[in-house]
Amino acid sequence: MAVVKSIRPSGTVSGRFTGSTRLIIGAVLIVALLVAPFVAYPGFLMKALCFALFACAFNLMLGFVGLLSFGHAAFFGTAAYASGYAAKVWGLTPELAILFGGLIGGLMGLVIGAIAIRRQGIYFAMITLAISQMVFFFAIQAGSITGGEDGLQGVPRGRLFGLISLEDSLTMYYFVLAVFLIGFALIWRIVNSPYGAVLKAIRENEPRAISLGYQVNRFKVMAFALSAALTGVAGGTKAIAVQLASLTDVQWQMSGEVILMTLLGGVGTLVGPAVGGALVVGLENYLATSGLPVTMVIGVVFVVCVLVFRRGIVGEINVFLGRRR
Amino acid sequence: MSDLVLETKGLTKEFRGFVAVKDVNLKVRRGSIHALIGPNGAGKTTVFNLLTKFLQPTAGTVRFNEHDISQAKPADIARMGVVRSFQISAVFPHLTVLENVRVALQARSPKVFHFWRSIRELDHLDAKAAQLVEDVGLGPFLHTTAVELSYGRKRALEIATTLALDPELMLLDEPTQGMGHEDVGRIIELIRRIRKGRTILMVEHNMSVVSGLSDTITVLQRGQILAEGPYETVSKNPAVIEAYMGTEHG
Repeated sequence: MAVVKSIRPSGTVSGRFTGSTRLIIGAVLIVALLVAPFVAYPGFLMKALCFALFACAFNLMLGFVGLLSFGHAAFFGTAAYASGYAAKVWGLTPELAILFGGLIGGLMGLVIGAIAIRRQGIYFAMITLAISQMVFFFAIQAGSITGGEDGLQGVPRGRLFGLISLEDSLTMYYFVLAVFLIGFALIWRIVNSPYGAVLKAIRENEPRAISLGYQVNRFKVMAFALSAALTGVAGGTKAIAVQLASLTDVQWQMSGEVILMTLLGGVGTLVGPAVGGALVVGLENYLATSGLPVTMVIGVVFVVCVLVFRRGIVGEINVFLGRRR
Repeated sequence: MSDLVLETKGLTKEFRGFVAVKDVNLKVRRGSIHALIGPNGAGKTTVFNLLTKFLQPTAGTVRFNEHDISQAKPADIARMGVVRSFQISAVFPHLTVLENVRVALQARSPKVFHFWRSIRELDHLDAKAAQLVEDVGLGPFLHTTAVELSYGRKRALEIATTLALDPELMLLDEPTQGMGHEDVGRIIELIRRIRKGRTILMVEHNMSVVSGLSDTITVLQRGQILAEGPYETVSKNPAVIEAYMGTEHG
């Protein structure tokens, strides 16, 4: 429990801004995302968006339920395989392939969540890790589906709704952006729904929520399944965009990376994990050509983040703005 | 319907060989205010946790309205109408006073799992929540974050939240603990007002609260029932005087 308690969310769920300010900031961000492919390489941006969505989905569990999953790579990776396979072998259109990935992720989340939810804190994390390792082992063994060490290569981007070709990177980017925005909006809605209000109450004071008649485990398992489904959508989108689903996606390092992204951006904030995800992917991308050891630099960034600004980038900004008023 | 709301038979709880509660037979009459008193460590809170299923009894049964609830889960009995408060103030600290009460009102709604709906769908509960907040004297603090309330007001908020479920049996764990004199008076007033149509079982240390409010008192000592009856009888019981009030009564 100590792990989870020490990284409790900092800001309020609705953020520090008033409605109109938030609208303006949101509009500026969306415009920035729309013009981004003319400034940066679309392939990199698509990857960044997929991981941003992955981190946001993960944060639904860590930030809004207070449970640390160490096995989200299982959902991300399996969904990447599922979507890739559906697009390549069954010839599904990209949007259906991605939905299929989300469905697979959600179902897995439901089963794994129902098992893991019996324990809290470090035990919960360890159960999720153990199960995700089993999934990893399966991915290696089931070479006929996953391509084993080679991964599932040559996933076609296909035609959106069977009409619009996504072969062009710019078109593909806008599709990924749309998926990201829909996923993000869905997370926002979950957090700000009647269900989200109960989740918040459970995180605030679980025994009290129980004494009011809430079967808290059902709420947690459902949050886990929702988080896994959205993680699946992120994984599926990544497979279509990058045209590859590989063991990297399902490996435990991926579970660690998404924790890093979430903490770096700001756990329990809505935008933070997206910022963290984009930042980590950006760093990796930049460092890959710089000759510097990538894992070392990211390790240092993580240590500095945890030591100096524990609330993460967006969390610290929220606190700073909150203090000023 | 039986005269008894709650009845325990042979209720026993052991913690690794230590018997915290032993063979407790408790009968709570419908519509009464029943106080559970006893020196520190007598097992009052353990009995409370057994009744609300936060602990499972080692032996014995608990019956609520003649249903055996010995094996029920805490959330289930809350739905049946047995709602408790906690010794440490149990509010949702970073929710406003209104939101605290609304979460309880929401428990009855079939929409609790509707993650795709807007939170505005809860707005229709606001009037009821505000009324409950007003009833416990927290009207001016409707939009205050719970963590900023004084201790006494947090307890009042807790009672408002519990009342939101309209429980048939309300269990209050030391409702006036750690309160200043004025707050105690306010809580006594409040309990008097809310007793209508329900049964209240409370653990309480403050004897003026117990004597002023309760119809029946059960005295626990070392996990066992020492005496039971109205305040006048119990307070004259020599065993009780010796065990519990010995020093006060010389």
